[in-house]
Amino acid sequence: MFDGPEPIYVQIATWIRAQVLAGELGEEEQVMSTTQFATTFRINPATAAKAFSGLVEEGVLYKKRGVGMFVAAGARERLLEDHRKRYFEDVLAPVLQEADVLGIPTDEIVAYVLGTGGRQASGTSTKEES
Amino acid sequence: MTSTAPFGARLDDVVVRFGASRRMLANGTLVKDEAGTALDGASVEIRPGTITGVLGRNGAGKTTMLSLLAAFTRPTSGTVVVGPEGAQEDPWENSWITSGTQLVRESGDLMTDEKVSASLTYYADMRPEWSAETAERLLDLFEVDVRKKPSALSRGKRSAIGATLGLAARAPLTIFDEVYLGMDAPTRYAFYDELLADYAAHPRTILLSSHLVEEVERLFEDVIVIDSGRVLLAEPADEMRARGFSLTGSKDAVERLVAGRRVLHRQQLGTTVQVTLEGSLADDELAAARTAGVEVGAVPVQDLFVRLTDPRGVAS
Repeated sequence: MFDGPEPIYVQIATWIRAQVLAGELGEEEQVMSTTQFATTFRINPATAAKAFSGLVEEGVLYKKRGVGMFVAAGARERLLEDHRKRYFEDVLAPVLQEADVLGIPTDEIVAYVLGTGGRQASGTSTKEES
Repeated sequence: MTSTAPFGARLDDVVVRFGASRRMLANGTLVKDEAGTALDGASVEIRPGTITGVLGRNGAGKTTMLSLLAAFTRPTSGTVVVGPEGAQEDPWENSWITSGTQLVRESGDLMTDEKVSASLTYYADMRPEWSAETAERLLDLFEVDVRKKPSALSRGKRSAIGATLGLAARAPLTIFDEVYLGMDAPTRYAFYDELLADYAAHPRTILLSSHLVEEVERLFEDVIVIDSGRVLLAEPADEMRARGFSLTGSKDAVERLVAGRRVLHRQQLGTTVQVTLEGSLADDELAAARTAGVEVGAVPVQDLFVRLTDPRGVAS
């Protein structure tokens, strides 16, 4: 967990965003405290706090004084919109570029997408790529 | 809550030398043995309220630096100050500072001829913030029999007592100098968990030196790397991680991306190459890497530490 090339706090933020996107963290639902997060994943509490404060700034989470952090209303919708915008550039473009390198014609790709129901595949790919 | 604010510390151009000695050879001539230098112009600042990792190879000067902070050693030259922000003082023979500084050494610093319970009473009396409840809970967790003398316990159990003392002391500056030695893996992880939980509940400054870098690097907010008596770097752990990255992919594609960067490490398996590079990739380079099928990875602090302190220098 959290051993990618980005700083750990960035990876934590990405993970929480993905949880909100996938609906595993519902709106108005309380997220783990920094302490719980730090001890669960064995990371420095300041690192976790940095991720959380970034998400508060983004409007994904909000703070209830003395209670904890909660998922903001409309957070999932905003994240969906944002990720949809980036999906083509961040996810699809490299895939098509790779297909181009391999010499796979476009109509073959289109046929594949239409034939195998791309819907199922897209659900998991946003999660992994985000 | 800890009533005293977390301690910070600062070393300015600190030199610690062991005394030179003279000895006589069999033929009667006197020779002077060179003095050993443990720290050679070390300067560093420790931010109050952080968990800071102290890394260094054997003999780099870690223990000497930590002993200076706890006033177990005095500098030959240079200055050491410890204390809460704005009120830092020389810790030497300074009871106010030393009562707020708990150094736990590998030995555990237990009274060897007394039952463990006697050492616990001693530390409880000495530390104003001592938590008897934490001590009891941890000793139970680590399964330590306090009715025994330290000599009747295994090394791992003695280390666990040291870890317990360090956490229960709740000192504004808590220093663990390779306290993990002899602990088995489950005990070490239990210690890390307890340390994080107690630190979160009672913020203070914690210094942790360890050779098991991989296990502890994520606990750190800041990292200090000491090499040959000097401070090689002192910075937030995230910045240290950003000092390098790795590229894995076909030789040609990887070489194109390397272009002029300092290569810290290179590994080749057939036509696949993995290089560890200094610095970071710009966004367009990152995109180029992805397009070329080159995988960009993080470099564990452990690897950066090994490369940065490699006396043979770096591979070019």
